[in-house]
Amino acid sequence: MAEFKLRLRRYDPESGEPPYWDEHTIELEPHRSVLEAILQAKGRFDGSIGIRCSCRAAICGSCGVRVNGQPGLACHTHLSEALERSRDGAIEVEPMGNMPVIKDLIVDMDAVHWKKVQSVTPWLLGREPVPEREYLVDREAMVDVTQSMACIQCGACVSDCLAMEVDPEFTGPAALAKAYRFVGDPRDAEHEERLRYLAENEHGLYTCTHCFKCVDACPKDVNPMGQIMRLRRIAGSDHHIEDRNNGYRHEHAFVKNIKRNGLLHEADLLPDSYGGKFHPRAVPELIASLPVALRGMLRGKITPAKALLHPHKASKEVRGIFEKIEAKPERYELNLYVSGTDEDNAPTNAAELTKSGGAA
Amino acid sequence: MKVAYWPGCVSRGFTPELHGSMAQVAPLLDLELIELDRASCCGAGVIAEHNQELADTLNARTFALAQQTDGQLMMNICSTCQGAQTECQERLDANAVYRAHVNETLSAEGLSYEAGIENKNFLWLLVEDIGLETLRRKVRRPLTNLRVGPFYGCYIVRPTRRLGIDHEHPRHRYLEQLIDALGGTVIDYAGSHKCCGFPIITMNKTASLMQAGRHLGDARDAQADCVVTPCPLCHLNLDLQQPIAASVVGRELNMPVLHLPQLVGLALGLEPKALGMGHHIVKPTTVIDWTESVVASAVPA
Repeated sequence: MAEFKLRLRRYDPESGEPPYWDEHTIELEPHRSVLEAILQAKGRFDGSIGIRCSCRAAICGSCGVRVNGQPGLACHTHLSEALERSRDGAIEVEPMGNMPVIKDLIVDMDAVHWKKVQSVTPWLLGREPVPEREYLVDREAMVDVTQSMACIQCGACVSDCLAMEVDPEFTGPAALAKAYRFVGDPRDAEHEERLRYLAENEHGLYTCTHCFKCVDACPKDVNPMGQIMRLRRIAGSDHHIEDRNNGYRHEHAFVKNIKRNGLLHEADLLPDSYGGKFHPRAVPELIASLPVALRGMLRGKITPAKALLHPHKASKEVRGIFEKIEAKPERYELNLYVSGTDEDNAPTNAAELTKSGGAA
Repeated sequence: MKVAYWPGCVSRGFTPELHGSMAQVAPLLDLELIELDRASCCGAGVIAEHNQELADTLNARTFALAQQTDGQLMMNICSTCQGAQTECQERLDANAVYRAHVNETLSAEGLSYEAGIENKNFLWLLVEDIGLETLRRKVRRPLTNLRVGPFYGCYIVRPTRRLGIDHEHPRHRYLEQLIDALGGTVIDYAGSHKCCGFPIITMNKTASLMQAGRHLGDARDAQADCVVTPCPLCHLNLDLQQPIAASVVGRELNMPVLHLPQLVGLALGLEPKALGMGHHIVKPTTVIDWTESVVASAVPA
């Protein structure tokens, strides 16, 4: 049995008092979970501690919290592991972020998380007419969507989403991963409509900043950001959805820019992301950017020659790669979730097995 | 130490002072840079978002070019290059069949990528290969009293596993260790590991600049004299766009943003002008006032 210092963030919005920290000394084996520590504090010292939990086995997704600043499941975090991340020897538990606190460690999932999930039509919209027998689908396509189906709706990714921190209306990682679950499902009939809805939303598909917070937060390896990138790829390349948020244009302008210049030519990227220098949409943006460009020139960061000319050109080898790959009728994607790595797939060494079996 | 050097695009585009300061600092660290001048943009995650095979092939080409040099490893000076290239490398290294498929495209140019390249940001190289002790001995102008806020850039700290961040390699703490080794004071503030907002500047400008503005404001509230970043794309949002970010968050920011080699160069005794610090939008007057220096003048070697 070991002793742990557990520091809990307490808050009762109805009390009118500000949040405060509450410390308890817990006795548990280091391999026990942070949830068990919270429940011990609640059972032994203070029954009023608010925590939501149920299965205690990382299945139900109820006990999402932040432990020493990291979002995750309290029941899925060992005390020893939590202690390693501690700044001062205490295990600090806070409610998740980006959602209002109901009490102590309990946040209002309805107000944020579930509302966003509902916004992506989280059910299958099947093809009509309904076939007489079961739908036949490609095995690989179904394995692919099981990654987003593994989501247990704990809200850990929502908690630390950096785009949502500045844009609370952002659809967010959990809901977008859920959207991919249906866009990636060959049985669903409304892929394009789903994507158009997400792409045209000014707080939707293109507000993700690639910060990878959700990838690290997820206790189930759903890789929400990876699913968001897939949604963008399918929206832009398969359905050619030219959204009003410049998501499509920015992506295509970037790719064209590298194909032409080999290295990024920043001065073209901005106007091209708005549809080109003379596009009505680009003009106000370019005027708004003028002070930035002028300041850059004054400081010798940007020279007129560098902005207007193209000092570098893509070599014919680089252009050749673009031409060859873009000419393929189908994109070739390695999905490590489906394929696994060579290491995962290596034939098991029978001798090794016997040896370890013998030792056990 | 000899390295295959990938400077990236932006260090030679809108942040030329980054490329220039790296060139100044390298000889002081006995670093020989073999510049990969035939390599192309890493794609910054955007090409991968468009077509994964395209991004993987372009980066496999860069890796293959690096493997043709006699550099001990490949070094970059951009968090975004680090992250985007490591993502491609993860796929290329994981699957021999896929690697062969990509190499087939590269064979037109007589190139081939062999799995397992070591590709490190200058920050990682400083801590893991040059070593903080060696660096400490080389300091000619300790950054005494300089309060520096680290700003990593997402691509160099997440996802943790892919980037090899663990107990032995606490790469998410290297900037703090480095600032300390150079004699500066580390400023702990909320934004150090957050997103600068740059990737969505054309899609959701308000959210993008609110991110930049908020982090710089937090650094200011924590009384930082400047922030330092290993990412030139972060630099664009934090410095070039700072006046607009300030109006979005409705407060004064005036926070100088240094590139990593500039901070190192300053401590190694180089002059601010030689490090291109005059090219910044927010003048680093709190770092070097030129009349009343916050950091002392360099001592002779």
